[in-house]
Amino acid sequence: MTDAASTAPTAASSTAPAEDMVWESRGRRMVTIYLPLICFVIILLFPFYWMGITAFKPNAELYDYKTYNPFLIGSPTLDHIYKLLFQTSYPKWLMTTMGVAVCSTFLSLLSSVLAAYAIQRLRFRGSQYVGLGIYLAYLVPPSILFIPLATTVYQLGLFDTPLALILTYPTFLVPFCTWLLIGYFKSIPYELEECALIDGATRLQILRRITLPLAVPGLISAGIFSFTLSWNEFIYSLAFIQSSEKKTVPVAILTELVSGDVYQWGSLMAGSLLGSLPVAIFYSFFVDYYVSSLTGAVKE
Amino acid sequence: MTVATMTDWNRTRIQQGRLARLFDNKAFLIFMCLLPAMGLLTVFLTYPLGLGIWLSFTDTKIGRTGKWIGFENFEYLLEDPQFWTAVFYSVFYTAVATFGKFALGLWLALLLNRHLPLKNLLRAIILLPWIVPTVLSALAFWWIYDPQFSIISYFATDVLGVREKPFDFLSTTWPARWSLIAANIWRGIPFVAISLLAGLQTISPSLYEAALLDGSTAWQRFRYITFPLLLPILAIVMTFSIIFTFTDFQLVYAITRGGPINSTHLMATLAFQRGIAGGELGEGAAIAVAMIPFLVFATLFSYFALARRKWQQGEAND
Repeated sequence: MTDAASTAPTAASSTAPAEDMVWESRGRRMVTIYLPLICFVIILLFPFYWMGITAFKPNAELYDYKTYNPFLIGSPTLDHIYKLLFQTSYPKWLMTTMGVAVCSTFLSLLSSVLAAYAIQRLRFRGSQYVGLGIYLAYLVPPSILFIPLATTVYQLGLFDTPLALILTYPTFLVPFCTWLLIGYFKSIPYELEECALIDGATRLQILRRITLPLAVPGLISAGIFSFTLSWNEFIYSLAFIQSSEKKTVPVAILTELVSGDVYQWGSLMAGSLLGSLPVAIFYSFFVDYYVSSLTGAVKE
Repeated sequence: MTVATMTDWNRTRIQQGRLARLFDNKAFLIFMCLLPAMGLLTVFLTYPLGLGIWLSFTDTKIGRTGKWIGFENFEYLLEDPQFWTAVFYSVFYTAVATFGKFALGLWLALLLNRHLPLKNLLRAIILLPWIVPTVLSALAFWWIYDPQFSIISYFATDVLGVREKPFDFLSTTWPARWSLIAANIWRGIPFVAISLLAGLQTISPSLYEAALLDGSTAWQRFRYITFPLLLPILAIVMTFSIIFTFTDFQLVYAITRGGPINSTHLMATLAFQRGIAGGELGEGAAIAVAMIPFLVFATLFSYFALARRKWQQGEAND
């Protein structure tokens, strides 16, 4: 135990930030680092724990804190999830959300790859300004757009169709993806493309055979990020979709499941849990890509 | 032999076809590459932005095209106490939530920048509130803030015994406002912490070593090394955070829908209530347009006040 403690700092000191080199006692380190960190983790995770535990609690336990300990489940039940899956159109909402998220992600990836390639590699006069314009588009929040966008969608005859969402989500996905991909394309040596040009490849061949394969990590980052953003989108879906069966999960839970004066917390939380799971699972596979796209977009 | 290769050469050249050669024309290629992105952004972003400004000067309602009425919508809003409550709460919400997010997020980033076991797992867990759909975590908060079965009330009354009655989170003005701010801070911490952590990791350890040898205290190292070097990234993260906090919609709509007695309306939720739910598109658009000056001001302020330091330090890269 003492051996491990004494060898660990010397091994780590070459890579660790300098602050670790200050001599700190175990107790002091406990209070200044681990204790706040544990508090942070508990607070950040508690709502999910509470969501999960509510989803599996029978109603009798849910509303009786005196006889049952509210932090634990006495007899877990699948009633709420069963009710959700077979007595509401929840599976349909899930399918709609999935379809919309996949289509809009694909659409925005396609257009932002081309745009980023044009801006970063086909350098033309004013390409910087086009880049800047796309960056500014990212700063326009959906909350100031949804009213006029609702009229636009109505004029185009897309109101209350999934296509309205598929076409409007790219307004916040394309700027983000383009910006991220410009950064990735920048990191690919231009000499590779020059070689291909000398060998007689056309511009599109270069994009397809050389630039894109090298930019795969960037594409994955942009793709999963767009998927998450479209899965989580709320305001457009609330404003443009009216019929109950075409709604996306976040909107449907709030407008269809919250009804009357008595809230069915069990099924509400089960719905939230199921609606969060796809992105959470997706996230657990690609954590590093998320972090790199999050920080990459900020750094650029 | 040579003739054969010559003809082969010619044939492959011709096979490329006119379409391929058209795509090799740089101007055409640039146009084609920019077309999808530009098309989407023009039709669904630039045009609606202009349309929104136009709508705010008309009396358009749902199902009826409006007439130009000049500044009437804005004049009406200026005398509408509900609008001013929303403006006040939007500014208050943004200021307090941004402060909270950055104070706690910076603290968390500094903690994570230490040498820790299971660092990657921690980072993954911490980002979770930001990944999960906001409305769904907002629902969890709604349940946590329940007047009767709130778990926080249970904890305070039955476990700790510090209170007699359960907390009253959402049914009166100020508690409801603070509860929403708390939920917003909870959701915003991960983004700030992870972005600032990325900034912290770019700071060279040799600077800290030099400062240590000079006998600096921990506060001095933070004040004179960490903070100035973090400012450029702080400015950008703060710009984004302010914009998206000010225009927040989901949390408020999910937890209180603007109540009690319209005291927790943000400008975005008020615009939705008047514009889409109430059908007064013109008035809703006017509220949305009224957000623009605040956003421009916040962007310019955080950008110039903070990012200015970058060239003062004479840093060319990054």
